[in-house]
Amino acid sequence: MKTYLLSVCYPAGASQPPPDALRKIMRDVHGVQQQMQAAGAWVFSGGLHPANTATVIRQQGGDVVTTDGPFIESKEQIGGITILRAADLDAALEWARQLASATTTPIEVRPFFEQPPA
Amino acid sequence: MSAEIARVFRAEYGRAVAVLARFLGDLSLAEEAVQDAFTTALERWPHDGVPPAPAGWIITTARHRAIDRLRREASRDRRHADAMRLLASDEPIEEHDVNDDQLRLIFTCCHPSLAPEAQLALTLRLIGGLTTAEIARAFLVPESTMGQRLSRAKAKIRAAGIPYRVPDAAQRPARLRFVLAVIYLVFNEGYSATTGEALMRAALCDEAIRLGRLLLALMPEESEVAGLLSLMLFIDARRAARADEHGAFVRLADQDRSAWNGARLAEARALLRACLARNAPGAYQIQAAINAVHSDATEADATDWPQILALYDRLMAINPSPVVALNRAVVVAEIDGPARALDIVDELALDGYHPFHAVRADLLRRLGLDADASLAYQAAISRCANAREREFLERRLHELRAN
Repeated sequence: MKTYLLSVCYPAGASQPPPDALRKIMRDVHGVQQQMQAAGAWVFSGGLHPANTATVIRQQGGDVVTTDGPFIESKEQIGGITILRAADLDAALEWARQLASATTTPIEVRPFFEQPPA
Repeated sequence: MSAEIARVFRAEYGRAVAVLARFLGDLSLAEEAVQDAFTTALERWPHDGVPPAPAGWIITTARHRAIDRLRREASRDRRHADAMRLLASDEPIEEHDVNDDQLRLIFTCCHPSLAPEAQLALTLRLIGGLTTAEIARAFLVPESTMGQRLSRAKAKIRAAGIPYRVPDAAQRPARLRFVLAVIYLVFNEGYSATTGEALMRAALCDEAIRLGRLLLALMPEESEVAGLLSLMLFIDARRAARADEHGAFVRLADQDRSAWNGARLAEARALLRACLARNAPGAYQIQAAINAVHSDATEADATDWPQILALYDRLMAINPSPVVALNRAVVVAEIDGPARALDIVDELALDGYHPFHAVRADLLRRLGLDADASLAYQAAISRCANAREREFLERRLHELRAN
């Protein structure tokens, strides 16, 4: 089994969908998450506040400097993440397809390094 | 002897990598093992002679070399242990297993999560058995660039977990489209390539046809596979007539039809008849049928344009695109005249595509609008990267100005 990060992508500054549409999205995303849990694929998922709520910590000459985030100003932002276990990329892409249809946004699928045996 | 080994390499490299990848679960390890086996062949065959079954010898030797490599790495990885057990079992490899392995490898190389140029390079390297240097030459990039492209693609296959598997029935039609697109891209790169050495380009056409034959042998029930092979054979049959004795480009209408390759046309027609009879139409079969109608005409004036237009209408229905609409407009000009065709062409958003301007230029010329035609020829020339086609367009522009 491999571990994948599924990121919900949306353009920076995009406005939130109207309340009715948002409720349907939340319901559909929850449905996909339940299916992932039932299939034993789900590890973790959660939605994120916008990138302007981020704080960045960095080492600078022995000091730690704290600044207002995000670290990188990007045209795309991550609205939420799901971590799941799947046999291979095709299985992960099938979950991503269902998630993309639920969120109505693109989903980026990225593999984790494989954990070395403990 | 080295020529014999090169021949075996070309014919068997892809098959051997496909088989070893099943044991090893990793393309790079599989390639290293097969390359080791060919290095051993170069050492031994000149003394011992070519073994009676060279393909089997290569696969067996590659299995042993893979075991040696895994032992040297002394990894405790369970996958390595599994691979060792499989490799050491020495069970004979059946021909149908090899076919399954090759099909798995084709679908891995043409996985949509790889960039199209990576799919193309992997397919030529791992299925076609072309060397990295040959692929680099065909696409006019430095060998190191092509080497990096290949190793990055293989690294992604491993890291992302792209499976070594033929997609299930539900996914297969969608995934097969990518495989067919890669093979047709290889063919087009060879046939109308904008860059590259002429000799390598002809080799790419041959390679695409070889890949088409291989895929048809592996998936004989897929009509679009037969459709694509038929389409490539129809187009390739005109190869000799497409250039005059000075190497200049000759349009279909002006080609010497007696120079078309009759054997290729006969094979293309037979394939097309067989797949159309299955009644599972698709874009490649329709394009093959359009080429069949062209090749049935003993001279350009005898072309059955209404039949071709009907086929383009079907193609637009299942696969609408501005390029198909442009080609359809050329047929409309033959039936309803250039004015009707120009109305269609002027609606298309194809400014960066040189054939769009070339078609417009020809229609404007036929309408007697010489000044506009001249501008359109210039637009086509400035966008055309193929030297021979550019010369053709310049000749047309010159003729227009001389009148």
